[in-house]
Amino acid sequence: MADSMNIKLKVWRQAGPKAQGRFETYTVPEANPHMSFLELLDVLNEQLIKDHKEPVEFDHDCREGICGSCGVVVDGVAHGPQRRTACCQLHMRHYKDGDTIVVEPWRAEAFPIIKDLVVDRTAFDRIIAAGGYVSINAGAAQDANSLPIPKTAADLAMDFASCIGCGACVAACPNASASLFTAAKISHLAMLPQGAPERKLRVTAMVDQMAEEGFGDCSNHAECEAVCPKGISISAIAMMRREYVKAVMS
Amino acid sequence: MAPVLDSKIPEGPLQEKWGNYKNGIKLVNPANKRKHTVLVVGTGLAGGSAASTLAELGYKVKSFCIQDSPRRAHSIAAQGGINAAKNYPNDGDTVWRLFYDTVKGGDYRSREANVHRLAEISNSIIDQCVAQGVPFAREYGGLLDNRSFGGAQVSRTFYARGQTGQQLLLGAYQSMSRQIGLGNIEMFSRQEMLDLVIVDGKARGIITRNLVTGEIERHAGDAVLLCTGGYGNVYYLSTNAKNSNVTAAWRCHKKGAAFANPCFTQIHPTCIPVSGDYQSKLTLMSESLRNDGRVWVPKKQGDTRKPKDIPEDERDYYLERRYPSFGNLVPRDVASRNAKISCDEGKGVGETKLAVFLDFAEAISRLGREAIEARYGNLFEMYERITGENPYETPMRIYPAVHYTMGGIWVDYELQSTVPGLFVLGEANFSDHGANRLGASALMQGLADGYFVIPYTLGNYLASNDLEKVSTDNESFATAETESMARIKKLLSIQGTKTVTEYHRELGRIMWDYVGMSRTAEGLQTAIKEIAALKEDFWKNVLVPGENSTFNKNLEFAGRVADFLELGELMARDALEREESCGGHFREEYQSPEGEAQRNDDLFTYVAAWAHTENGHQLVKEPLEYENVKLTTRSYK
Ligand SMILES: Cc1cc2nc3c(=O)[nH]c(=O)nc-3n(C[C@H](O)[C@H](O)[C@H](O)COP(=O)(O)OP(=O)(O)OC[C@H]3O[C@@H](n4cnc5c(N)ncnc54)[C@H](O)[C@@H]3O)c2cc1C
Ligand code: FES
Repeated sequence: MADSMNIKLKVWRQAGPKAQGRFETYTVPEANPHMSFLELLDVLNEQLIKDHKEPVEFDHDCREGICGSCGVVVDGVAHGPQRRTACCQLHMRHYKDGDTIVVEPWRAEAFPIIKDLVVDRTAFDRIIAAGGYVSINAGAAQDANSLPIPKTAADLAMDFASCIGCGACVAACPNASASLFTAAKISHLAMLPQGAPERKLRVTAMVDQMAEEGFGDCSNHAECEAVCPKGISISAIAMMRREYVKAVMS
Repeated sequence: MAPVLDSKIPEGPLQEKWGNYKNGIKLVNPANKRKHTVLVVGTGLAGGSAASTLAELGYKVKSFCIQDSPRRAHSIAAQGGINAAKNYPNDGDTVWRLFYDTVKGGDYRSREANVHRLAEISNSIIDQCVAQGVPFAREYGGLLDNRSFGGAQVSRTFYARGQTGQQLLLGAYQSMSRQIGLGNIEMFSRQEMLDLVIVDGKARGIITRNLVTGEIERHAGDAVLLCTGGYGNVYYLSTNAKNSNVTAAWRCHKKGAAFANPCFTQIHPTCIPVSGDYQSKLTLMSESLRNDGRVWVPKKQGDTRKPKDIPEDERDYYLERRYPSFGNLVPRDVASRNAKISCDEGKGVGETKLAVFLDFAEAISRLGREAIEARYGNLFEMYERITGENPYETPMRIYPAVHYTMGGIWVDYELQSTVPGLFVLGEANFSDHGANRLGASALMQGLADGYFVIPYTLGNYLASNDLEKVSTDNESFATAETESMARIKKLLSIQGTKTVTEYHRELGRIMWDYVGMSRTAEGLQTAIKEIAALKEDFWKNVLVPGENSTFNKNLEFAGRVADFLELGELMARDALEREESCGGHFREEYQSPEGEAQRNDDLFTYVAAWAHTENGHQLVKEPLEYENVKLTTRSYK
């Protein structure tokens, strides 16, 4: 077996949305370089349960970087030190024996804490419900190949569409803005002819909803792009602005 | 009492059955649709597509999921693609061929009529998804690109990079979101269905637990659609997401819905192997890797040399040796079983000895590193991220893992279970894949069920039944709620010494050892005994921390593991009963002298549906009739 490591974890504990939070320090004596960061939390939780203490709550599901459930701030960085990697895919081989790791939830007014590291991200769903779709009822579609789309446009649309909705962009932004998330959907649909009829309505409705949810404005810090596990480019935000201007000017 | 199984297959020749069905059904008057409330549990491809479509038609929909957002359902993780009989490449594909390949791939244990309908609908799915803005891969001319997938000789798989499931699910989620915005769908996320409520013999509601506050809620409706996915996590380790579970389906089963072919599970040959006891799930590596990778193990047992230090003549390329014509490209079940055989012989590699090599050295020297990078770059990167090893320089280590469950709640042609008003869609039903599912066909089935089947069959049900309004004050709701609450209290009160994960892991070990890739009567009997003992111990000695009134993941999992323990037992019984080898179900007693699976069509061409009765589980058989395809033996030699 690979050499085990002794890891100290300083974890944010908060019993509920209104409770006072605090850091607690724990030690995991048998961390293994092959385990993922979430598996380290699993091991800690097994320890806590056996000691009749409450385990640390965190969101997770796919554990392969695609569902967007996981998301914590690791040593001050959303999803931790490895670029383009959701924290479920971060592995302990990037740490060494004796390291201390600080773990916190996403912090943003629009993402209230539910418990420990779990936050409420339903604001994202409401932004999509405001206009992040193409209005097409099942059964009404024409043949899939009747509208050719240049490969470059389709590929770019796919780049934007690969957003997993984890919320790291908000957590990293000094203004807690949801611009990258919102812009990724607007840009995805703006690249495609299917998105064209509703593009003006979409951009205004989504941008307004974003503000209503309490997310801040974008002031071009680009921290969001740096932490995005899918590497979504902030060029999306520029596109969203152009779309917005076009929509309100016409 | 055990139910009578009526598959309700429509009259007429195979190609006309779906059309005949649609011509004959009753329709709900448009003005009446909004008077019907439909409860849709699950927001994966099946549930998401069903909820949005029904809302578009005018029904009032209430939608439920475990995750914090409907967009995170397990369907999001599907990688490879979705099949359709478009025949855009002009390579000879037809609806018939897609139907035939799926029935044959299922090793002749599925219903012809259902599979044919699936193939007929497949093309409309692609149209629908493109119209939603799903960014499928395209060629330079701007038209859609296709790739080929296992079990087919045509290119019929549509894909969006390695994220097809994500893009299809986001399409369905966006359609749902539109209906949520319009007020036609009421969304309940972070809610777990704990029980089905039956009033006057019909499914009329569900009991859920609010996963944030612990509150138990009652929801009433005119029909319940169960779209809750597969049960692969009964093995503890699988490629399924951590929240995937059998709870909703199992509770429905206990309320009267028959469970079909529980032992039919699919084990995928190319996954990243287990690295230690802390392992929480397994990651799939696309099966396309076998196009260029060569599978081998050292000939010597317990060989600990580095792969590059093992000379050619001391390596066993066992798939190429045993299957000279298909070689590394044998179907999933055959590749998986052979990896197990090699490891059982003591030739496994890596720290745990439960892995085989998948080696690209030959392909790299033949095609150059760049060509391999272009084909598999993202997969190699993912492998390196997880294992810390560079597959360009050293062979990958792979091992089979549980991936998909073909079994599920029994449904008729209308996707209705043996409980009237309870419809089951997607991986949660048993319907279309027989004993083995072909790649890229689960996404197709989930969306077919939701976008194009259920709008018709549900309408027919609602229009044909007089459904008086039920209130959640009805006694059946109260009883179901009390039962759910009692169970939660019981789980929290035991305060034993073993954690939920420890039980789950132990169950997984039993399932994997005895109800996994290769099964024997003796092993299955052992499994039944060991699971029964484990279940008994669980209810005496489980340690669930915390309380009910807050977010408590361990409590959620405790309920799910309790259900997996019961399901595991039934899977073993079903596997014991089926004295043949077919698809993903391999019984060592039934194999040819060369070690290949031997079906027994005379005795086992049926669906094994298990009814939950007062006297325990009872097997009811639905005979399968093949009027259009001829049953043959698969051979890959
Ligand atoms: C790694 C991987 C790759 C795959 N790749 C492919 C592929 O390339 N092509 C292909 O065709 N298939 C693929 N599959 C299979 C395919 O992804 C699944 O079979 C399919 O997505 C299942 O969809 P579903 O809608 O039935 O269920 P799911 O997507 O599993 O959704 C289940 C839903 O039910 C909800 N739910 C569950 N239980 C409850 C409860 N008790 N209460 C409330 N809600 C509940 C969940 O929250 C979720 O919303 C793959 C599978 C895996 C694991
Ligand atoms: S758990 Fe799904 S992205 Fe991390």
